[in-house]
Amino acid sequence: MTPSALPHRGCTIPALLLCWLTLVLGGCSAAEEAWNGKDIQGLMPELEFQLTGTSGEQLTAADFAGQVRLLDFGFTSCPDVCPATLSSLNKAVSLMPEDLRNRVTILFVSVDPERDTGERIQSYVQFFGSNIVGLTGPEPSLRALTRRYRTTFGYEEADANGNYQVSHSAAVYVFDRQDQARLLLRPDLTPQQIAEDLTRLAR
Amino acid sequence: MTGFSYLLPYDFSPITLLSYVLVLGFYGCGLLLMVPEQRPGSGRILVFVTGVLLCYGVMQTRFDYYSQYMFFVHRGQHLVLHHLGPFLIALSNPLPVMQFWHRRLKLGQVPLLRPLAWIYRVLQHPLVAPVLFAGLVYFWLWPAIHFDAMLSRQLYWIMNWSMLLDGVLFWWLIFDPRSPASGEALGYGKRMVLLAAVAVPQLILGAWIVFSRGMVYDVYEVCGRAWPMPPETDQLLGGLLTWIPPGMMSVLGILIILRRAMYASDSDKTLKPASEGSTP
Repeated sequence: MTPSALPHRGCTIPALLLCWLTLVLGGCSAAEEAWNGKDIQGLMPELEFQLTGTSGEQLTAADFAGQVRLLDFGFTSCPDVCPATLSSLNKAVSLMPEDLRNRVTILFVSVDPERDTGERIQSYVQFFGSNIVGLTGPEPSLRALTRRYRTTFGYEEADANGNYQVSHSAAVYVFDRQDQARLLLRPDLTPQQIAEDLTRLAR
Repeated sequence: MTGFSYLLPYDFSPITLLSYVLVLGFYGCGLLLMVPEQRPGSGRILVFVTGVLLCYGVMQTRFDYYSQYMFFVHRGQHLVLHHLGPFLIALSNPLPVMQFWHRRLKLGQVPLLRPLAWIYRVLQHPLVAPVLFAGLVYFWLWPAIHFDAMLSRQLYWIMNWSMLLDGVLFWWLIFDPRSPASGEALGYGKRMVLLAAVAVPQLILGAWIVFSRGMVYDVYEVCGRAWPMPPETDQLLGGLLTWIPPGMMSVLGILIILRRAMYASDSDKTLKPASEGSTP
């Protein structure tokens, strides 16, 4: 390597130590508070998006300010993961104390804008519950959003009938009422566990 | 996607781009400015540039996208950053170019660089270097840490850069073109022991990943894959890439050092100039 790269060598060790410390300390505080979901505080940027609502209106994170927001990626033709996730989330919200339920909004982002019209998304999310907001947007906006939260989606080849599978994140991102990324809900959590976490965040 | 867009970075990092431009810039300018007798031959230049471009390619092209969303591609990325790229860079022996800049910029007189030289000596200690080399692989593959590193952009960059820099340090220690007889470089025997020592823990880790029944690295499951692939297949391929190629790199390294050692004893243990003894 040329001498230009020399300063990096000095930076590596302190940087590594720092990151190790962050991880250790982060792990300690997580153990103290014991969330059921995966604690992602500080790992991800705050909630920010610009997408289209089901009536064609432009929506941003500010439109849901002050709410605990659950960001869920999926598509309405999804055979298993999305319906299971949405019904589990809805069940979790119904298990929360009554006065806190309206502080939670589930943002269902369709990553299949080709097939998912606003109308279709609306009837889909309505089926699962009242506090679910359907969103989508042109593919570049969706790509930017998924990249921001370090996830992705992909399309399979369409079959003879034009049906195709979409691979997408199976986890749900939880943002607190101050827009900060707080939890990642893995698919194996029960509605009761999710409700416990959401109740703490909504208080 | 068009062919050209595959060459564009998925997650553009100005610091990374600048670092590569500086490395290649200093190397290229050094070649042009230095006296022809000391200039490395075209084969060595090609090996150096290939090593650097390989590392750049896995960090700042579409390859990085697949590395973020497929475990086995991620293992391929680290194989290049920790092994193959630095292996080629060190093997190409850029020492004459570095010495040229060292003289030209009078780096020996910069007091700020002295602590760096001290840190360098600690990192290159024959007991520290292999622990750091294999330890980093374990550190970033520790399931909980791996999960966080794949979720956090900052940690992800720290991970990749630490793998690259440590790879360069380790392979430079192994392929140091200076003769051990000069007292400045590690003995050939020790180098071979180090290569064997770093291979064993990597073999164990790779085999453990391959034979794990459950999902060890579920972050790829949680965050979506670049294309639909059974998670077990992804983990199996990733485990194989952690298991076999690093061992092969060590064997290759040992063979190169062995050849160099024999060459050194043949030539009556005379002290060779720094620019020699660099050919594979």
